Amino acid sequence: MSNGFHIVVCGSLVPDPLQTLQPVMGASGLPELKSEMMLPSVLDPWAGHALFEAAHLAAKTPESKVWLVSAGPKARLQQLMMTLAQKVPFELVALDGSASGFTDASSVAKSLSEAIEGIAGLDRSRMLLFGGCASASRDAGATMQIVGERLSIHDQFLAVDELDVENDGSLRILERIEGGQYLESVCEGPPAMLGWATGTLPEPKNNPQVGMMNMRTIMPALQRAQSVSVGAGDSTFASVEVPQQRRETRIVKDLPADEIARELVEWIRS
Amino acid sequence: MSVASVQDEKTPVMQTLPTDEVRQIMWRFADRYDLQMLVQSTRAVARGVVARIVAEGARNTHEWTDAKDQMLKAYDESGITAMMSTPEFGGYLAGPKNFVMALTAFELAWVDAGAATCSLAAGLALEPILEKGTPEQQAEYLSRCVPPLPGEDRKIARGAFCLTEPLPYVGVDTGIMCGKVRVAEWEEGKEPLLQVDKRGRFITNMDYANFVVAAVESDDDRIKGTCMVILEEDDDGVYDRGAVTHKLVHQLSSTRDPIFHMTVPASRIVGGYTIQDGVVVPNHNHGKVLEAVFARTRVPVGVMTAAKLVSAVEPIIRYQRGRFRGGEGAPGTPRYDLGLQMKEDVLHRLVDVWATGEAATSLGLAAARHFDEFEELDKTRDDLYAEAGASSVREILKIRKKTEKLALEYLDLLTQSEEERDEARIAELKSNRLVEFMIGESLSNILSPATKLWNTGQGANMMREAVSLMGGYGITEDCPGFLPQKWMDSQLEATYEGPESVQRRQLIVTMTSELFLAQFRQWIVELRTLASERPGTGACTLGSAMELWLWTYRHLQDSKDADGKPLYRDKRQGATFPMADALSWLLACRCQILDCLELAKKGPENPVLGDALPGYVQFFTDLCHVQAAHAAGEVSRICADLVYGYNRHPSWDPACEQCVQAGEIDCLEGLIPGISVGARLSGDVVETDGSHANKAGPCPHFTGMDGFISRRNKLDGCLTGSRLAKDRAGNVLSQVMIPEALDYPI
Repeated sequence: MSNGFHIVVCGSLVPDPLQTLQPVMGASGLPELKSEMMLPSVLDPWAGHALFEAAHLAAKTPESKVWLVSAGPKARLQQLMMTLAQKVPFELVALDGSASGFTDASSVAKSLSEAIEGIAGLDRSRMLLFGGCASASRDAGATMQIVGERLSIHDQFLAVDELDVENDGSLRILERIEGGQYLESVCEGPPAMLGWATGTLPEPKNNPQVGMMNMRTIMPALQRAQSVSVGAGDSTFASVEVPQQRRETRIVKDLPADEIARELVEWIRS
Repeated sequence: MSVASVQDEKTPVMQTLPTDEVRQIMWRFADRYDLQMLVQSTRAVARGVVARIVAEGARNTHEWTDAKDQMLKAYDESGITAMMSTPEFGGYLAGPKNFVMALTAFELAWVDAGAATCSLAAGLALEPILEKGTPEQQAEYLSRCVPPLPGEDRKIARGAFCLTEPLPYVGVDTGIMCGKVRVAEWEEGKEPLLQVDKRGRFITNMDYANFVVAAVESDDDRIKGTCMVILEEDDDGVYDRGAVTHKLVHQLSSTRDPIFHMTVPASRIVGGYTIQDGVVVPNHNHGKVLEAVFARTRVPVGVMTAAKLVSAVEPIIRYQRGRFRGGEGAPGTPRYDLGLQMKEDVLHRLVDVWATGEAATSLGLAAARHFDEFEELDKTRDDLYAEAGASSVREILKIRKKTEKLALEYLDLLTQSEEERDEARIAELKSNRLVEFMIGESLSNILSPATKLWNTGQGANMMREAVSLMGGYGITEDCPGFLPQKWMDSQLEATYEGPESVQRRQLIVTMTSELFLAQFRQWIVELRTLASERPGTGACTLGSAMELWLWTYRHLQDSKDADGKPLYRDKRQGATFPMADALSWLLACRCQILDCLELAKKGPENPVLGDALPGYVQFFTDLCHVQAAHAAGEVSRICADLVYGYNRHPSWDPACEQCVQAGEIDCLEGLIPGISVGARLSGDVVETDGSHANKAGPCPHFTGMDGFISRRNKLDGCLTGSRLAKDRAGNVLSQVMIPEALDYPI
């Protein structure tokens, strides 16, 4: 029997943070970002960490495989893949739907979990469900938990920074908790859901060979992407606005590290 | 500026800067995910490693530093190094590399053209081997130049292309060369060993090149002619990398003046050799190799300058809008929100910069695509001649002459209406590969020098304009987007790989090809049709400008100057070179319009563009119109200058035929009352005391110039609406969303 993992990563695109993100009420009555479809996008950063951790784990665990399940407008997903496909090997499961930040977590989770259930060859007993512990566009922090529940995965870990596979096959997991500390947990093994924080790995460099290999399956996956209806459920939106600035940023140059540390300590104590 | 005056509510407005989807459609690689990935990969390197080291001051030294070396490592990791190779030798991109090189150059030059040159020069070293190398040489160097594959333990071989020597005109004139090759040793039955002595000048990549492809001339009766030869750093002899070149520009590329005194086997002659009567005869002389290489590699250089112009748009908009922030004026006031963009002039000037950048990019990428399409056919040219029974130079010339007639017939048939033309004959001519080759060749001979000439020359002028739009910031190291560095760099782009005069010299010959001129006439017809379908693109303006150019060209061919000397001759560069410049303006403009048309046609197929598409199409249409008007103005000025400028202005000389002597008309006053006054009002009259009107001389007459005058008048009228287009485009620039910050360091 294989010891490899079947790692399913959920993650999609978010607008490039350098862009001006101005919420407006759309014609459909739902909020959207101004010129949202035309804003360049990147992979949701937390989902990115999850994907890179998944690829790293798969590379050091023989017979493992990584799927990326992404819900978003098909054509924009394709554009995203031109960068992402060069990072790490994975197989794409594309869902053609909204990637808006104004959708409901349960609606998104339903589409994702149904897509995961439909993955051919996925061994649910060996499955690790990865995703971001939050999202840069819809920061409910609930989506991955609901996906896990819908797939009957009850070992769930959030804000994960580290995962080690022990010799006996158990998983040792470090989750972020308050005060800069970690909660260390051990679970017997898959299936488990891990909502990643930043992890410990840098963003992999582009590798065109990996890209060309991935694209052989990505393009067909995009072509057969099923249309999904990801909405806002029963929510209604009265108005949308940019969050009020809560803090003032002070820009200083050439401040010694000791001085920065002193200020931080002072701020934490306050 | 008044929005209402140029735009009504129905005029679509571009909301964001053009996205990758827009560019992929316009530049025809929407269906090439391999190229899209390369673009993204290169962009990450350009706006990451490259931008960082530029911001940290890596350009402040001529020496090759660790920081610059990081750039090469990033090229290796991201696939830029391997792009020139093919999948069978460890590369990942199959097929021709011209468009690939152009796209890579565009992305790198968006940040720093020296970085682009670094990549381009590696390709330049491989090009002779790719084009003319033996299968063994191709296998050797194409596999060694890619990063090690998993399980391999080797260094990447990096190359340099060594043509230019301290002696002037080497490279410019392929007949002059000091680098020598002799037979060092030739044992009976064994391969000859060659002694190569070459001094290079301004050789790119020399700090780290492991091999050099050098042009040399025989200094030995036992070697015939010239050739290109590959030198390895560990060959016997001197491989001196030489003194560093103190460039003021492109400091991210390595440039030195190397010296080689080396012994290498004759198998290093690019393309191999044969032994004929005890003489080593290279299969390809160096001129033939250069012709194949430079025809293509000049195109990416032109694309570099184009990229810089387009890259300047976002930093300039940001500077203009933020100019008054921090002073008086609260958010929500025009002064705060629009800054300098309250003023029409800065918007119009930025429109000009952008329009030039678009035209230059369109021309460069169209040229690159053409070379990709033409490459396979081009490589079979010798076989095509052989199939036609031509082997000697004379026979080839004869078959070319014959084929040219067929090609002209083919092009003529294409201009006829579908009902009238002989389809069977068209099919027959179309299937003639030599006909296809000669048509393609006539375009290659124009597109490459035009791209290099216009993109870099006019590009450099417009980069100055871009820098000026940044105010005092524009001449500081802190200028966002590295605009002053880009301005300086563009001067080198106009110079290396054949300076402007070389490109003009090539154009004034190649543009006389009747095959090219036949296509040129066909383009005019197409532009008229396009103008009727899509008015507002400037296609009609461009068509009129092309007609004026064509009339002028024919006129110059048959005309003589005031001293009776013919005008269109190689040595009369004052008459010929400006026509090459004018042609380049026209070609760039045409390519720009075609790209805009492609977006309008294919854009609806991309669901992402959706509602935003009309805004993009409208904006690019307006840019086309602005550029067409600019090109028309330039062409009009150049043509008028040439048509009239070589005629001698009449003077008040008593023998002047155009003057009327006062005595003569006064005598006629009795017969024709009023003639004395009338002639003085309308003509040039010399009074009896010799006095005359206060001007240089009698006004010249324009006999035989009706064709020119009518075409120029028409062209002037064709400018109608171009300023409204500029107003609209300027208005968009004051509204378009830009990112919060530049996506690379400053």
